[in-house]
Amino acid sequence: MTEPLPLLDVHDLTVEFATRRGIVRAVEQVNLTVARGETVGIVGESGSGKSVTSYAVMRILDRAGRIADGAITFSGVDVRHASESAMRDLRGREMSMIFQNPRAALNPIRKVGHQIEDVLLQHVQAAPSDAREKAIAMLDQVRIARPEERYHAYPFELSGGMCQRVVIALALACRPQLLIADEPTTGLDVTTQKAVMELVVELTRERGMSTILITHDLGLAAAYCDRVVVMQKGRVLETARSTEIFKVPEHPYTRKLMRATPRIGVTLRDLLPPDAVLPDSKPAAAAAREADEPLLVVDDLIKDYPRNAMSRTLASLFRRRDIAEDAAFRAVDGISFGVKRGESVGLVGESGCGKSTTSMMVMRLLDKTAGTITFDGQDIGAVPARDFARSPLRGRIQMVFQDPTDSLNPRFTAARAIADPILRLGTARGARAVRARCEELAHQVGLPGELLDRFPHQLSGGQKARVGIARAIALGPELLVLDEPTAALDVSVQAIVLNLLQDLKTALGMSYLFVSHDLNVVRLLCDRVIVMRAGKIVEQGSTTQVLNAPQSDYTRELLTAIPHPPI
Amino acid sequence: MLQTIGRRLLTVIPTLIGVIVVTFLLTRVLPGDPAVYFAGPAATPQSIEEIRKKLGFDRPLPEQFVYYVSDLAKGNLGNSLSTGQSVVEEVATRLPASAELTLFGLFVAMVIAVPLGILAAVKQGSIIDHACRVIATLGVSLPVFFTGLLLVYVFYFLLGWAPAPIGRLDIFYSTPDRVTGFYLIDSLLAGDVETFRAALAQLILPVVTLAIFSIAPIARMTRAAMLSALSSEFVRTARASGLSPYRVVITYAFRNAMLPVITTFGMVFSFLLGANVLVEKVFAWPGIGSYAVEALIASDYAPVQGFVLTMAILYVMLNLAIDLLYGVIDPRVRLEG
Amino acid sequence: MNQAVSPEKVAPAAEIAAAAIAAATVQAETKAASPAPQPSIFHHARYVIGENPVTGLAFAIFLLIVICAVFGPWIVPYDPLASNEATLAPPSAIHWFGTDQLGRDILSRVIVATRLDLAIAVASVALVFLLGGVSGVAAGFFGGWIDRLVGRLADTIMAFPLFVLAMGIVAALGNSVTNIVLATAIINFPLYARVARAEANTRRNAGYVLAARLSGNTEMRILLAQILPNVMPIMVVQMSLTMGYAILNAAGLSFIGLGVRPPTAEWGIMVAEGAAFMVSGEWWIAFFPGAALVLAVFCFNLLGDGLRDIVDPQRRT
Repeated sequence: MTEPLPLLDVHDLTVEFATRRGIVRAVEQVNLTVARGETVGIVGESGSGKSVTSYAVMRILDRAGRIADGAITFSGVDVRHASESAMRDLRGREMSMIFQNPRAALNPIRKVGHQIEDVLLQHVQAAPSDAREKAIAMLDQVRIARPEERYHAYPFELSGGMCQRVVIALALACRPQLLIADEPTTGLDVTTQKAVMELVVELTRERGMSTILITHDLGLAAAYCDRVVVMQKGRVLETARSTEIFKVPEHPYTRKLMRATPRIGVTLRDLLPPDAVLPDSKPAAAAAREADEPLLVVDDLIKDYPRNAMSRTLASLFRRRDIAEDAAFRAVDGISFGVKRGESVGLVGESGCGKSTTSMMVMRLLDKTAGTITFDGQDIGAVPARDFARSPLRGRIQMVFQDPTDSLNPRFTAARAIADPILRLGTARGARAVRARCEELAHQVGLPGELLDRFPHQLSGGQKARVGIARAIALGPELLVLDEPTAALDVSVQAIVLNLLQDLKTALGMSYLFVSHDLNVVRLLCDRVIVMRAGKIVEQGSTTQVLNAPQSDYTRELLTAIPHPPI
Repeated sequence: MLQTIGRRLLTVIPTLIGVIVVTFLLTRVLPGDPAVYFAGPAATPQSIEEIRKKLGFDRPLPEQFVYYVSDLAKGNLGNSLSTGQSVVEEVATRLPASAELTLFGLFVAMVIAVPLGILAAVKQGSIIDHACRVIATLGVSLPVFFTGLLLVYVFYFLLGWAPAPIGRLDIFYSTPDRVTGFYLIDSLLAGDVETFRAALAQLILPVVTLAIFSIAPIARMTRAAMLSALSSEFVRTARASGLSPYRVVITYAFRNAMLPVITTFGMVFSFLLGANVLVEKVFAWPGIGSYAVEALIASDYAPVQGFVLTMAILYVMLNLAIDLLYGVIDPRVRLEG
Repeated sequence: MNQAVSPEKVAPAAEIAAAAIAAATVQAETKAASPAPQPSIFHHARYVIGENPVTGLAFAIFLLIVICAVFGPWIVPYDPLASNEATLAPPSAIHWFGTDQLGRDILSRVIVATRLDLAIAVASVALVFLLGGVSGVAAGFFGGWIDRLVGRLADTIMAFPLFVLAMGIVAALGNSVTNIVLATAIINFPLYARVARAEANTRRNAGYVLAARLSGNTEMRILLAQILPNVMPIMVVQMSLTMGYAILNAAGLSFIGLGVRPPTAEWGIMVAEGAAFMVSGEWWIAFFPGAALVLAVFCFNLLGDGLRDIVDPQRRT
């Protein structure tokens, strides 16, 4: 019995880009097939070439890119040599694509209904007379409530999840045979993520479509794909059925990726390669004494953001009392929690829940509206944010930021960035002593000494993250607030950094307040978990209790939304 | 929609107040005795005293300001020393001449610059792209008065194609009956094709001068805005949906690119209104620019003040119109503002 | 400021071991991802000039202009103010640029005028850079009343067509070169202040600024040590572009009789003097000073574009 011809056959594909530094091969000798009705996942870290491959299939590469070698056959058509007008017919009608960042993917000044109509009319799937009806029908199919109203909406009036649904509607309007989804859920909340993926799965299955799911998230790929293709640095390393690839990964890189993915039932150490050297984690002598005493106490903390003063003034001028009195947006609504010495507390929630605002207030970078923040018995909430830099307590509370690039001054070398707190608040005096301390810190975080004199744009993401961590621990803080410190990192680098953070915590006797949206990471690193939603604390308790036996429905919802790889 | 217009009009008021205050201050900061300046170089001490009392220079400053504003409200901008005429009348008579020139020049510039910018962006790296960039850089480097003079030399003196740069109409023709003050329109309205052609012939060189001046910033901004729009994510979606090149470039990219281009028009108008003065001098154009220049040379201050105030108010209104146009195109401003 | 907790609290064994894991696993990272150390700014500048010969040309013209400005009076063939009988002589071997209606050598006048025009432009740009740059950065970084004040000031100036405002200012303050400089500085203030404000504002809550606050830096220190060095390059690019505009502005004002008076040699006034003769065929009187204007402004614009490429390649036009 011969297998039917695949819908998409990519053979020995090589894509080159012309850059200022010469020709760069983004994709090299890639082989990939997608059968009808099949869902194939392309998994890889940043720079793996997974997106470029799909752009080549659709032939929407950048001006600087070109297909240098190989063949792409879609439904019998030679994509590489097809004319541009033939490709235009294929795009949108036979194969279509949905992208990351859905709001940016929509025309901001055109009604979403019209955008769907454009696609329908272009591919003659509707006549001008019934285009509107069909567009509304599409909106209905992607589960947008009140589609006749939403037809007239502009993208800025819709939420991120709804924008993604519109993009899906655009992609599926002409009933294509192949859907390419390029990181469609990155940047969305985990509950929205689940809703979007389920919608995609349902619609594609209904229509017998094939799908290519491009993602860096192994769990996502495993949960939703039939076969998985693993790519690294422009090459395909392994292709297998998703059940096999997780049980018996063959390629060492795949194994490394698998291992590094945070999931249930593993410890931090399990994320690392087996040949890693393990330290004996003897906690700092001083810390052992003081453990279990409250270090940070937050009581009934409130943060209000006043509405625009001008609009309130105008509103009262025009006697619009309803607007004038609707004074504020309450980002944090009376929360209370504590962090003990040596403890690691996770603060989780979806975007807009107030966790970042809370961490900024704890850091004293932002002023509270009401409530108290007590650190080591002292009321730090009473000190205004702009004066806190001069407080003797400043050096004892530090932060590791989310975006390693944004948190480093592009004009400072790594050494200068790390030295900044030492110069301002530290004890070392004189260039030599400061430099020695920088080298010591670099060593502690595993940053090779020769990188100290480099600028941020010359460092990789993981290296920049280390610089940020070295700077944060320079003054030996007791409380370290970490705001999604590994969110911008590849999963293998994340594994290393998480282990580093754990070891530093033990060695330096610090307490952590770990802000994250990723429950799997929190499970690995934190002793206790606090779940927030819409400015309030929904649940808090030990990690095992909250994540294994949650009390609140919301926590349960968050947990079930996480895609689980079949390991 | 009316609400948006109303709100925008409100924001114009503080600007107008600022303009009035500044123009007031401009005459009151004259070094020395302002009365001497307004009385003119040939004044006797008596007439200086008269002027001083008449124009209120002997009163305290705030009181002077009140008089100034009430005069403005009555439409009184003072009188010109050299002609003795009311400034308001002269400005009103001369305004259409400047307006005809400026609007025509802007129109020609737009018609050339916008398509040029679009093409340059769509065909990036091609000859058109390079030509556009050269034109843009060269265009902002040419002093407008120099361009005018060169054009006169080449097309009038050397080639004889253009008429002498002596104003709006050759002496052989009589000015058409004033309906709008725009010779082109008025001559057509009167059915006088000969005068229309003569007026057009006089207009060509100064309009081309102004157009050359304006093409550069418009083309540059259009090209930059188009490049940015064409590399945006929503254009990528449009391409991935297989939309036709026309739809992608015009409906998706250009409409979005228009927004920063429209904002640029504010700046272009600022330059144009200034360049207008210089061009009027070169071509002896009887507009308000040359009125002000003549007054300056004669140390006649009331017309200069009136000129600055008029131009400023005009400009404020133009900016308002641009803002409103922007609001029409960009729903985000409309619905959130 | 002494910290409360000393770093000697560290348990040496755990620290070393932690570093060992981290270092061992970072080896591969380092080999894979670290680019070579960046070449110095000179190498980069040479690369950009080499890649774009037009920038090199602009630089050469710039040097020529500076030489004329500095050494002008000593390298001219004739006294720029001396008239002789050879009036309205077309360009020839003895008078390369011809002579004007008073018999003055135009080449000499054009060269000598370089100094005045350049001086006016440099003075105005320096003035506006200081005033506009400082107030803009302060407005963008501190916000609040400074922002409102600078904004009001900028808006009031921008409410006028700029050249018209310059005319009004020079008319009000008196017809002198100083006042041209002042007027040019005033009309360029809004643009500078806006650019500076935007740059400072974008960076005001950048990650590294927050980190600097955490390190105990005061707001003023952050402004000077962290924000300013990042804002400067863009301001310098803006300066070069404004030089061209300042020259045009000064020439325009001179053309209509403001500021410079005869017999001073200045490009704008020379074009004005030659304008009448242009119509009757003696083109050289207005042409050469005008061409000098074009060359100077063109040069500064190209330099500005080239500088922008060096400083911020992502913003190429």
